[in-house]
Amino acid sequence: MADDALLLGHRNSEWTGHGPNLEQDIAISNIALDQIGQARNFYQYAALQFNENRNAYAPLLQSPAFRQVSGSIDEDNLAYLRNANEFKNHLLVELNRGDWAFTIVRQFFISAYQQLLYTDLQKGTNKQLAAIAEKSLKELSYHVRWSGEWVIRLGDGTEESNRRIINAVDQLWPYTGELFLPADFQQMAAEQGILTDPASYRQNWLEKIQEAFAQAGLPIPSNNWWQKGGKQGIHTEHLGYLLAEMQYLQRSYPGSVW
Amino acid sequence: MVVTNTIWKLLEEITDPEVPVLSIVDLGIVRAVNEKDNGIEVTITPTYSGCPAMDLIAQQIRLQLSSHGFAPVSVKTILSPAWTTEWMTEAGKEKLRAYGIAPPNPKQQVCTPDFFQQEEAVQCPHCRSHRTHRISEFGSTACKALYRCDDCQEPFDYFKCH
Repeated sequence: MADDALLLGHRNSEWTGHGPNLEQDIAISNIALDQIGQARNFYQYAALQFNENRNAYAPLLQSPAFRQVSGSIDEDNLAYLRNANEFKNHLLVELNRGDWAFTIVRQFFISAYQQLLYTDLQKGTNKQLAAIAEKSLKELSYHVRWSGEWVIRLGDGTEESNRRIINAVDQLWPYTGELFLPADFQQMAAEQGILTDPASYRQNWLEKIQEAFAQAGLPIPSNNWWQKGGKQGIHTEHLGYLLAEMQYLQRSYPGSVW
Repeated sequence: MVVTNTIWKLLEEITDPEVPVLSIVDLGIVRAVNEKDNGIEVTITPTYSGCPAMDLIAQQIRLQLSSHGFAPVSVKTILSPAWTTEWMTEAGKEKLRAYGIAPPNPKQQVCTPDFFQQEEAVQCPHCRSHRTHRISEFGSTACKALYRCDDCQEPFDYFKCH
């Protein structure tokens, strides 16, 4: 959850200063900020767990990323020192920024998913994760509405915007299936009552997508062949480039601060 | 009790770095002040997950209290119950209006995910007209939306419902 939020936040931040107009530049940058804030909350909690239960997480802490950290692990170590194969995000969030239509469609797919995920997490047995979800949900209602409205505008806009959004949907659709295929860590979370199986969100997710696509005049793709592997640490080539940029400073100048 | 009252008064002097007309108490982000055996503990909550002002606010709290002889000071952050605009004080809303930012409407109409839903009648903080329209849901900071008044034509920030 943290990796999804961080990487999409980073991708969206690539629009800062490059948005189609000032208002939308600010909007996508604000969404990026929300996502990175959500990622920080999750990473801080993860770091606390690692530090308090070092024995239980011993194999993980043996990773090259953490061997260079003396003392306790913090949120920045988790974001800036792990290698691509240690990230467990969905492939959808690491894909290149693309054009505005691509960014919008991806945001809508992910936000609709995160809204269901956090609603579920909020009801789960882990109090801190529930609190992070409760906080994030307020932001998610803005993300879903904003990105859904843009899906409608682009779909129902000009010939050019329609062509671009159809193209974006075609490219992104194969990456949506992974959202609903539980990984082993999601199954463990389900056993502990932290989350339910993400497969159970798919119907509600599709209904939200259909609501916007119907108004946008866009068909829902019928292919059900899915790209997957992100949650097992098997990524597209795009993640390496993203990490090279995002982690450059901490890798080159370890421990540097503002 | 006397001590915590004094501390609340001192906290009222700390302003939000992004909306300097509001104190952190007006904004409703100070949740608790407790006297502990080993010092003072202040509990705060962020307005947004990614609020970049939180570190500075925590620093200002420590500075303000320690310069008035309260030490050590620890600042704890909690997320639940999540902050909403309902936590803002009435005095705070008046200060916002006087500063030129429209305060959040009392009834929170747009906190639902329906597409193209508009907040009803946001009042212009300059001429008090209700004939205004939204330019963008995302404004100069995460907590504000951008509006324009159709009467006086002035653009203004609206402290959006959350």
